Amino acid sequence: MDTSVENGAVTRSDHPLRVINSTPEAIAKAQRRVQRSFRQIRTESVFRQSLMIIGLLMVVLVLGILLTLVVQSLPSIKALGPKFLWGKVWDPVQDIYGGLPFLLGTLISSFLALIISIPFSLAVAIWLGEYYPKGWLPDFLKNTVELIAAVPSVIYGFWGLAVLVPIVRNLETHIGVAPIGQGIFASSLILAIMIIPYAASLGRSMIQMVPSQLKEAAYGLGATRWEVIRSVVLPYTKSGLFAGILLSLGRALGETMAVTMVIGNTSLMPTNIFAPGNTMASVIANEFTEADKPVYLSALIELGLVLFLVTVVINLIGKKIIDRFTND
Amino acid sequence: MEIGSVKYRIGKNYGFKALVTIFAFACVIPLLFILFFILRQGITKINWHFLVNVPKPVGETGGGVANALVGSILIIFFSSLIAIPIGIMAGIYLSENRKSRLAYWTRLCTDILQGVPSIVIGIVAYFWIVKPLGGFSALSGSIALAIMMLPIVVRSTEETLKLLPSSLQEAAFALGMPFHRVIFKVVVPVGISGILSGVMLSIARITGETAPLLFTAFGNPYLSFNVTKPMQSLPLLIFNYATSPYDDWKDLAWGASLILLMWVLLLNIFTKLITRKWKVQL
Repeated sequence: MDTSVENGAVTRSDHPLRVINSTPEAIAKAQRRVQRSFRQIRTESVFRQSLMIIGLLMVVLVLGILLTLVVQSLPSIKALGPKFLWGKVWDPVQDIYGGLPFLLGTLISSFLALIISIPFSLAVAIWLGEYYPKGWLPDFLKNTVELIAAVPSVIYGFWGLAVLVPIVRNLETHIGVAPIGQGIFASSLILAIMIIPYAASLGRSMIQMVPSQLKEAAYGLGATRWEVIRSVVLPYTKSGLFAGILLSLGRALGETMAVTMVIGNTSLMPTNIFAPGNTMASVIANEFTEADKPVYLSALIELGLVLFLVTVVINLIGKKIIDRFTND
Repeated sequence: MEIGSVKYRIGKNYGFKALVTIFAFACVIPLLFILFFILRQGITKINWHFLVNVPKPVGETGGGVANALVGSILIIFFSSLIAIPIGIMAGIYLSENRKSRLAYWTRLCTDILQGVPSIVIGIVAYFWIVKPLGGFSALSGSIALAIMMLPIVVRSTEETLKLLPSSLQEAAFALGMPFHRVIFKVVVPVGISGILSGVMLSIARITGETAPLLFTAFGNPYLSFNVTKPMQSLPLLIFNYATSPYDDWKDLAWGASLILLMWVLLLNIFTKLITRKWKVQL
C-alpha cells in the first residue's frame, strides 16, 4: 500500500474509490460497501441509543408508579390530611377513613412473623454456611428452602385456610380467647413460613464469605465450633444477617394473598394478636373493586402509597448494607 | 460439670449443633406438609374432564378449569412477550455501561421494582390500562405481570453478562464487528443459558401471582380467548373458589392448586437442573 505524507497528513494514493479500477461496476461495488458500513454505523448508534432508552424506561417506570400513586391518592390526602394515618375508625359507609387499624395489622403480623422465622432462617444459614456447605444433604436443604419461596402465595393462603386456621382455632379454645381461627396470629404463621428463604439464602452466602483466617485463628486459640460461630462468624456477618432480615420484612409487609385469605378481614382495631384484622395490602385487595366513592378509592390508594414507600425504603437500606458488605 | 470446663464447652458445642440442625430441618416440614396436603386433596379431582371443561354453577358436580388454564397461558405468554425483550435489553445496557450515571439509576430502579408489593403493581396497572381502556382486560393483567417479571430478567441478564470475559467482546470488536452484532452474535449467545434461566425463573414467579390480577384480568367464569376482555387465571380461580362457601368449588380450587403447584415447582426444578448442567451462577 502506497502511503505518502503531505502537509503532515497521511493520504493513501491507492484508495479504492480513487485509483484502482475505475470501471462503473467496481465503483458501484465500492459505493455499496461504503453505504453498508455507514448503515452499520447508523444501526450501531441507534442500537446504543435504544439500549439507553430502555435503561431510562426502568427509571421512568418506577417514577411513574410513584407519581400515579401520589396523584391518585391526592383527593384523600387533601380531604383527610395526615390524620388519616392515626385515625382509628374505618367506615366507608359514613365516610370515615382512618388507616391505623391496617397500619397496626401490617406491623403486628409482619414483626410477629419475623420473630417466628428468625431462629429458623438463621439456623438454615448457619447450618448451610458453616457446618455443612457441601454434600447432597445440604443441597437438598438448600433447594427445599428455595422452593418455599417458589410456592405461590395463594396456595399458602388456601392451605392456611384449610389446615392452619383449624389448628389455631383449637389453640385458641385451649388458651381461652375467642376461637375464630382466622386472625393476625394465623397470618403471622403463614408469613413466617413464606419469608424464611429470603433471610436464609442471604445469610448463608454472607456466612460463607467470612475469611477462613479469622475462623482458623479462633480455632487455633482452642475455641470450639460453637464459640467460633458465636464470637467470630456472627459478629462478622452481623450487618449482612440484618440486611437479610430487612429483606424478609419487606416481603412480609407487602405480602397480599396469603394474608388476605387467613387474616379474617375486619376493619376494627386489633385488640390482641389472635384478633381478626386487616393489613394494608389485604384491605386493598378486598375493597379496591368495591370502592364506589372517589375518596374511598383514593384512601385505599394512599394505603398503597404508604406500603410502597415503606417497602422501598426497607429494601434500599437492605441493598445498601449488602453492597457495603460484599465490597469490603 | 462446672461452667467453663472443656467438657462443658464441648457439650455446649454439640448441643448448639444439634439445635441448629433441628431448627434448620424444621423448615422443610411445612413445605412437605403443604406439598403432601395439596397432592392428597388435588389428585382425586384431576382427570381429563377437569382439564377440558369450564367450572359448573353451584350445585352441579363436575366442571373443570379449562378457562383458567387457557387464561393463565395467554396472560403469561403476553407478559413474556413484553418483559423478555425489554428485560434482556436493559440487562445488556447495565452490563455494557457499568459506571455511567444512568446505569446507576437504572440499577437502583430495578432493585426498587423487585421489592414493590405486587398489590401496588395491580393498582398502578389499573390506572394505566384498565381505566383508560374502560374495562378489565387480560392485556392489563399481562402488563402488570410483565412489570413484575422485568427486574428478575434484568438482574439475571446483567449478572450473567458481567461474568463473561471481556476478551471475548474485544476479539469481536477487533474483527471490525459493529456493536449490535457483537451483542447479538457473541455476547448474548454465550450468556444465553444464564439469561434463559432468569427468564424461566421469572415466569415461575409470575405464574402464581394473584394480587396484580385482581384489578386487571379480574377473572371470568367462561372460556375466553379475547385478551381485551376479562379473563380467568389459575391463581385467581383458586382465590375466588377457595374463599367461597361451596364444597364443589373448593374441590375445584384444590385441583387447580395442584396444577399450579406442579407447574411452578417443575419450572423451578427444571431451571435448577439447567443451571447446574450449564454451570450458571445466578
